[in-house]
Amino acid sequence: MEEVAIIGVGCTHVGEPWHKSLRNIAVESTWAAMDDANINQVDALVIGNMSSGNFNDQESLGSLISDYAGLGNISAFKVEGACGSGGAAFNAGVMAVASGYHDTVCVTGIEKMTDVVGDSATKILANASDREYEAIHGISFVGLNAMIMRRYMHDYNVKREDLCAFPVNSHKNAVHNKYAMFRKEIKLESVINSPMVADPMTLMECAPICDGSASLILTTKEKAKEYTDTPIIVKGSSVKVDTIGVHDRKTVTSMKATIAAASDAYRQSGLSSADIDTLELHDAFSIMGAIGLEDLGFAERGKGASMAAEGQIAIGGKLPCCTFGGLKARGHPVGATGVYQLAELCWNLRGDGKVEAENGMAQNIGGTGSTVSVTILGRD
Amino acid sequence: MSVPRHWRENVKRYRLLGSKCKSCGKLHYPERTVCPQCKSRDLETFQFSGNGKIYSFTIVWSPPEGYEFCKPYAAALIELDEGEIVTAQLTDCDLEKLEIGMPVEPVVRKLFAYGESGIIVYGYKFRPILPKLK
Amino acid sequence: MKTIKDIGIVGYGAYVPMYRIKNSDIARVWGNDPNRVPVKEKSVPGPDEDACTIACEASKNALLRAKINPQSLGAVWVGTESKPYAVKPTSTIVAEVIGATPNINAADWEFACKAGTEALQGALGYVGSGMSNYALAIGVDTAQGQPADALEYTAAAGGSALIVGPASEAVAHYEGSCSFVTDTPDFWRRQHEHYPKHASRFTGMPAYFYHITNAAKTLCSELGTEPNEYDYVILHQPNTKFPMAAAGMLGVDKEKVIPGLIAPYIGNTYAGSAVLGLAAVFDVAKPGERVLCVSYGSGAGSDAFSFTMTDRIDEVRNEAPNVKSYVGRRVSIDYATYARYRQKIRM
Repeated sequence: MEEVAIIGVGCTHVGEPWHKSLRNIAVESTWAAMDDANINQVDALVIGNMSSGNFNDQESLGSLISDYAGLGNISAFKVEGACGSGGAAFNAGVMAVASGYHDTVCVTGIEKMTDVVGDSATKILANASDREYEAIHGISFVGLNAMIMRRYMHDYNVKREDLCAFPVNSHKNAVHNKYAMFRKEIKLESVINSPMVADPMTLMECAPICDGSASLILTTKEKAKEYTDTPIIVKGSSVKVDTIGVHDRKTVTSMKATIAAASDAYRQSGLSSADIDTLELHDAFSIMGAIGLEDLGFAERGKGASMAAEGQIAIGGKLPCCTFGGLKARGHPVGATGVYQLAELCWNLRGDGKVEAENGMAQNIGGTGSTVSVTILGRD
Repeated sequence: MSVPRHWRENVKRYRLLGSKCKSCGKLHYPERTVCPQCKSRDLETFQFSGNGKIYSFTIVWSPPEGYEFCKPYAAALIELDEGEIVTAQLTDCDLEKLEIGMPVEPVVRKLFAYGESGIIVYGYKFRPILPKLK
Repeated sequence: MKTIKDIGIVGYGAYVPMYRIKNSDIARVWGNDPNRVPVKEKSVPGPDEDACTIACEASKNALLRAKINPQSLGAVWVGTESKPYAVKPTSTIVAEVIGATPNINAADWEFACKAGTEALQGALGYVGSGMSNYALAIGVDTAQGQPADALEYTAAAGGSALIVGPASEAVAHYEGSCSFVTDTPDFWRRQHEHYPKHASRFTGMPAYFYHITNAAKTLCSELGTEPNEYDYVILHQPNTKFPMAAAGMLGVDKEKVIPGLIAPYIGNTYAGSAVLGLAAVFDVAKPGERVLCVSYGSGAGSDAFSFTMTDRIDEVRNEAPNVKSYVGRRVSIDYATYARYRQKIRM
């Protein structure tokens, strides 16, 4: 197997670009990454996207984006894993290069959620859960996470305020990210007192509905030298699944898919949690941040929230997390998020971020933990 | 409006019919065709009693499209007496008095309807046990 | 009328939703005297309830008392004037919920407030003729009252289910019944209208009183009894005044009517009215006591039934919640919430 490297990174500003269509922003980030790599062609395009059929009435994204990017008759297809589509698409791209099947692969994560208005987005996001046995009860995606949060608080005697430390950290870090949707700091009291969406989860603990596209160019470590002095090496890449419904898990306050994917990624890289200098957590909801830290091996069971509350996840702290704003403040265009996380790791590893890092990790979650990808990137 | 999908599930939703693995005895709700515990495909129908207690819950203030008619409502993970956990709405309850561990019983209620002219989907919800008066 | 086989009621069950709106609050909204109202408060179905869900719970309670396998039912018949579907029987859903399908007859019956006893009359015939061992009849409504109309004060929600079966298993032995029907347009609802209309004072003497008293007298004459010989007399109860006045006309002592009179607490449950009164009586009646039940449905007609309680009532009475438990379970709501729950607000 070949070692895989990232030679180009590009993305669009996360927000509500009303004048830009799905194909506009996908092409924009694809070419931004190709420009960054100084190339004008790739062998394959792997798209990460959750639900273009529902948000935009459009499927066949492999063809659509390749066509509008002017890439001709290449290999192209969509990979789907709910909000974990980005990480899953990246894994597919890694496998294509590592196996020697393709030389250069572009991975583009794209989601344009604002083409539907009103409550439609909530209904579409619920497709990530079990439609017949969760969504049918009007539980909503936030609701499922709120139930996980309530049980976590009950089992580990955790205060709501500690969980609210995650969005505060994310917002602070987004201030310096020109691509972020929200670039203002927020106070802990504002988070605690923001409107209740699904008790006990408030509005400011939930990632926003938005549009965005992020792309990475992958090639072999060997070939990477022809393109860049700062190739970022893929040291570990794994995608694992768990039960679709929260109700079928032995415990609701831990994600087995995260544990399995992390174990696989650590094994591939030969690294342990002590070697990870920065972490792009999947903080779609504050509770996911806490459970993520525990499942990835950075905090003891029940201590993920206090780790955040104590400031250990801040830039300058023990393990800087969500260094460009995370899902909460940079934004969470669902199928694209996993690729944004990896782009941000690349900037840090290249020395273009606010964090000095040798190795970084990203965790991208689909659904309530039904699909999780864990990626470890490092400097050459 | 997926009539076949709802029809396929309706009896199971009305009666909390799941499955039981004949090989290892594991109970499943919803029903399965492959046992997740032992991979056996030798399964039979199992009728759950429906009684249980609240394992976790939330109060939904921002319902998905079609569910506004009950807003705000509580949804919960219910730990059935048989051990399995199901997701469902709570009904006929005081939203301020819900607690993890509260005993509940099953009822059949309207889950939602496809507008004024589409089909109505009925199914299980849970409520605090009805107090018996003499 | 009597049946060929010896039969009776082998199981009964009730359901009333928990929400209540005070008549005084309705009066205040429409500028009427809050002290001159027909009942104290009425039951309001929750947003996730309808005639079908009420019928399901009442039926389950009836099965708990009857202790039969639902597969042995030959019919599931829902009598209502507030069917969720104008076309598609509520009965098929109830039959599926209770596990009585597929070898079952299911149909919805309509005769305004006597749709429930219609279904009962049919069930008695079905089982009494030997066509089936058991049959389930349900009377249920989530009645819609036109805002500002006199009937808004009492149009309520609730239902009761009765399982007919062999006399050997009965809690109440069936002695006979009759129906008294004419074409009398006192209260009606045209095909696509949302609210019913009524003919005010015409709904009294030529409608309610004429049919209810004649049905009672006809049945008693056939059986060789007098209305006041019964220990309990249940009459259709659109409010408190009408049944008490009808009792007076029949020479029945007030005390015999009161145990079956629940309209003062929950209003008029329409097709559920007489059968809920019957369930309330079954909750307290002792073996050997005699029960006369007379319904009334606009359009118009009355069904009258004569029962004698058996020893079995004491054995199974407590197998399911009694009417008092449902009536006593109450959450007061205001007019705005009531208007929202009853979908009276134009969206």
